[in-house]
Amino acid sequence: MDMNRRKFLQLGGAAIAGLGVAAVAQTPAGAAATKNYINHPDKRTGVKYGMVIDMNKMDEAKFQECITACHKYHNVPNIDTKKDEVMWLWGEKFEHLFLDEVHDYTAEKYKGKTFATLCNHCEEPVCVRVCPTKATFKNAEGVIGMDMHRCIGCRNCMAACPYGARSFNYKDPRDYLDEINPTYPTRMKGVVEKCNFCSERLAVGELPLCAEIAGDAIIFGDLNDPNSTISKALAQNLTLQRRPSLGTKPKVFYIV
Amino acid sequence: MQNKTNIIIGIVAFLLLVTVPFWSAIFTGEAQNGPELSYDTPVINAMVDPHCVEDVDYMRANHMNILNDWKVEVVREGTRVYVASDGTEYLASLQNTCFECHSNYEDFCLECHNYSNVTPTCWECHVEPSVTVAGGAN
Repeated sequence: MDMNRRKFLQLGGAAIAGLGVAAVAQTPAGAAATKNYINHPDKRTGVKYGMVIDMNKMDEAKFQECITACHKYHNVPNIDTKKDEVMWLWGEKFEHLFLDEVHDYTAEKYKGKTFATLCNHCEEPVCVRVCPTKATFKNAEGVIGMDMHRCIGCRNCMAACPYGARSFNYKDPRDYLDEINPTYPTRMKGVVEKCNFCSERLAVGELPLCAEIAGDAIIFGDLNDPNSTISKALAQNLTLQRRPSLGTKPKVFYIV
Repeated sequence: MQNKTNIIIGIVAFLLLVTVPFWSAIFTGEAQNGPELSYDTPVINAMVDPHCVEDVDYMRANHMNILNDWKVEVVREGTRVYVASDGTEYLASLQNTCFECHSNYEDFCLECHNYSNVTPTCWECHVEPSVTVAGGAN
């Protein structure tokens, strides 16, 4: 066969172009199915969620019930060692939560009293600013969520959070679960986790688990609505935030 | 061309060697034994007209893309309802919707994933129906 360089290149070019056309023509038509997502009918939109914890109405038994239910529902591992423990909702002494509110003459009924604490879902969240992968984000309802699919375990958020609300999975959490709630995922070793204000429940119109269990000791609702129970509670009581001077604007408030 | 015979023998031997996976699959009959997906679960059996959220061919080719979209919509946007091509609405959830029907992880998901030699990372966190006790993962 008489094949010179020019003819070889021409043929080669034509063959490659032909392959390209064939590949485009073969793209599966099914890939263009419509992607349509809508909100659950019971989901509230245009809201800004906040929480008031009324410590006058919160008793120890009720509080423990909240912790157990929360951790069980969200498959939070039960690890005893201080370094490895994972917490979404837990108890902390008053003087540890409210550093600036304590002085030598603070009433004894506050000192040493255990207060419920959790992620503050700050309006100006530091954790969101430092996350390099946008795994931690603030959603439309003001809830600080975590996209576990994107967390690379760098722990910047843990260093940034002034409230110690975040835990790192140093160990495989499934090894520390007595039973697994099949409706909610677990985490894997090497990611950070924290309270998500039960955003999976809010998205289908349900209250956060702790607010449901604690009754009137935890008031949860819409800060945008001046007529909501939480707005009224904030208007009628003196409420504390954790470390407001930092400017993070926590949306968890305390009535002491 | 010197050593013509040796070179041709060498090329043929090389080609045979390179294509061993194809030959062995044909002789052992493995190529014909595709994955056998089981639809034998209580919920599917109870269906009058068994169907998935989209049609079967589409799901076979694109279930990973649908799940990928679901994860973004659900986690980041909080829009939890998927409207299928036929207008039916489904809660977009691997654990709460997919597994409701496909409760046979080993005979359904794994069967095909093993055949095509893929190891999706979904199961590092998402709980397949067979995992319910401590240390049951992996």
